[in-house]
Amino acid sequence: MPRLVSHPDEVKVVSKRFGQGAAKIERYIELGGYESAKKCLEQGPDWIIEEMKASNLRGRGGAGFPTGLKWSFVPKKSDKPKYVLVNGDESEPGTCKDHLIFLHDPHAVIEGTIIAGLAIGAKLGFIYLRGEYRYLLEIMEKAVADAYAKGFLGKKIFGSDTEFQVITQTGAGAYEVGEESALMESLEGKRGVPRIKPPFPAVVGLYGGPTVINNAETIATVPHVIAMGGVAFAGIGTPRNGGTRLFGISGHVQRPGVYELPMGYNLKKMIYEVAGGIRGGRQLKAVVPGGSSTPVLLPEEIENLGMDFDQVGKAGSMLGSGGVVVIDDQTCIVEFALRTISFYQHESCGWCIPCREGTDWLKKSLTRFHAGFGEAKDIDNIQYLAENMMGRTFCPLGDAAAMPTLGFVKKFRKEFEDHLNGRPCPFAKHVELAVI
Amino acid sequence: MSSETMTLFSPQLAARFDALVEKYPVRRSALVPMLLYAQDEIGYLSDAVIAEVAERIGITELDVRNVASYYSMLRFKPAGKYNVQVCTNISCMLRGAYDLYERFQEELGIGHKGVTSDGLFSLEEVECIGACCWAPAIQVNYEFHDELTPEHVSGILSGYRGKAALEGRTSNA
Repeated sequence: MPRLVSHPDEVKVVSKRFGQGAAKIERYIELGGYESAKKCLEQGPDWIIEEMKASNLRGRGGAGFPTGLKWSFVPKKSDKPKYVLVNGDESEPGTCKDHLIFLHDPHAVIEGTIIAGLAIGAKLGFIYLRGEYRYLLEIMEKAVADAYAKGFLGKKIFGSDTEFQVITQTGAGAYEVGEESALMESLEGKRGVPRIKPPFPAVVGLYGGPTVINNAETIATVPHVIAMGGVAFAGIGTPRNGGTRLFGISGHVQRPGVYELPMGYNLKKMIYEVAGGIRGGRQLKAVVPGGSSTPVLLPEEIENLGMDFDQVGKAGSMLGSGGVVVIDDQTCIVEFALRTISFYQHESCGWCIPCREGTDWLKKSLTRFHAGFGEAKDIDNIQYLAENMMGRTFCPLGDAAAMPTLGFVKKFRKEFEDHLNGRPCPFAKHVELAVI
Repeated sequence: MSSETMTLFSPQLAARFDALVEKYPVRRSALVPMLLYAQDEIGYLSDAVIAEVAERIGITELDVRNVASYYSMLRFKPAGKYNVQVCTNISCMLRGAYDLYERFQEELGIGHKGVTSDGLFSLEEVECIGACCWAPAIQVNYEFHDELTPEHVSGILSGYRGKAALEGRTSNA
């Protein structure tokens, strides 16, 4: 069972029902649950979208797109049915926040889905969980059944004339399906290959209908935004970065865990105070700030770094999924880069050549390099390959593989050079990574 | 196909599939869950499973294979009764996942995608399973075990051996 952690600096909004038994519908209602959905039913779509815009809530999946704005793009009138799609395919290495939401607060996901449906005029919502999360899918299915039994879902929700249905769906193992258009393909019973954009999902999405697709954390945040008011929610964070965020701190820290902190919280403090610092009295070497696809940061780069989308972007990386991976000074960065690229090589769907070939060549080069058979020109080649993958694929997986690789090569060039000329890796423990 | 006709699946699963194909705006949306649930019961996607799923949805077997081959959890040959999946992705790697994986290999005497001769266990090195803050983590079938060290390995395996022995006794009784 995933351990819950806490720290005095936390501001518990999304996680406030964690560990409170809120997976049971009665308990969820007792804790104020479904009041936001009822309020939204009374207030109507324009009001909901205005509240969401005022909240400055930005997508928690990684891209950080403003949620209210995304919802406002859905045409009011549509010949085809509209849909809400909840992305619970959580697969970005370093990210396990949605895991806790599904486990502890499944009704918040349902309530957020209802509200998104009311906002855009959809009658059907899908909650898609990665295949590995079977026990969490069962929790979600039970919660959905209970919401139907209470009349919160169905033909006449909360006794009104409004219909809203929810279907839960399992994936079957695919990182790529976390990309919005690939997820729609998967839900339509196809290979999870991305679609070309435009058209964007808000206009042509699932089954060709206008679709809002949001990350599970974003959706679970929505009822809280409505409950406290958009302006109050925005007030917790920094300008243009409303509210709190579930930061998952993993790797070489004393107290790894998912902590809910205000947007803009200092990264150094997050590592040294909230997560208790580096374990075993070692030194910090590097931080991957927002899941494996975000470029690595050096200790001197996190001194005054506030963790919001804009500040981390300005520092040359991304806030991404909020998965902070902490690396100590006994870690080989070449091995870390190799493990990262091995993942993307495994997960590339193969649709776009720069991604399919690029990840494969990067993995081959880094494998050889880490084993001590690299040549000086390989370092430049790795960089050249990665640079040429950027922006040349349908979906962001190619960029997600190239960006961290570029970061490692540029910021740790010396460590790459130390591996040259058949010298063994100064840190080597696992010279050859198993091929997945 | 109704649950009364010939089916490979248990009556419960056949009934579930009958409902599943009607649940979505299009039947084909049932495909991925159906393949996974079929695999859970039969053990893998045999030719017969693929044929029946194709018929239930109303698409070709080739179409089913084309989709199935995309998803890493779906397999075309049997795994062990307990499929041990060790995550070695970055957060787990930093906290000793490779030592853990090595210990599983030693204890079971098999490597990646191997199956023990008694068919009880199979082993896989897998990508991130979403337990990064409780690393290193593994899944045995769908069950998570987290915050592990190599010392936990034999206990985990004997737990599943005991479970299998208990099931064997119950089914023989």
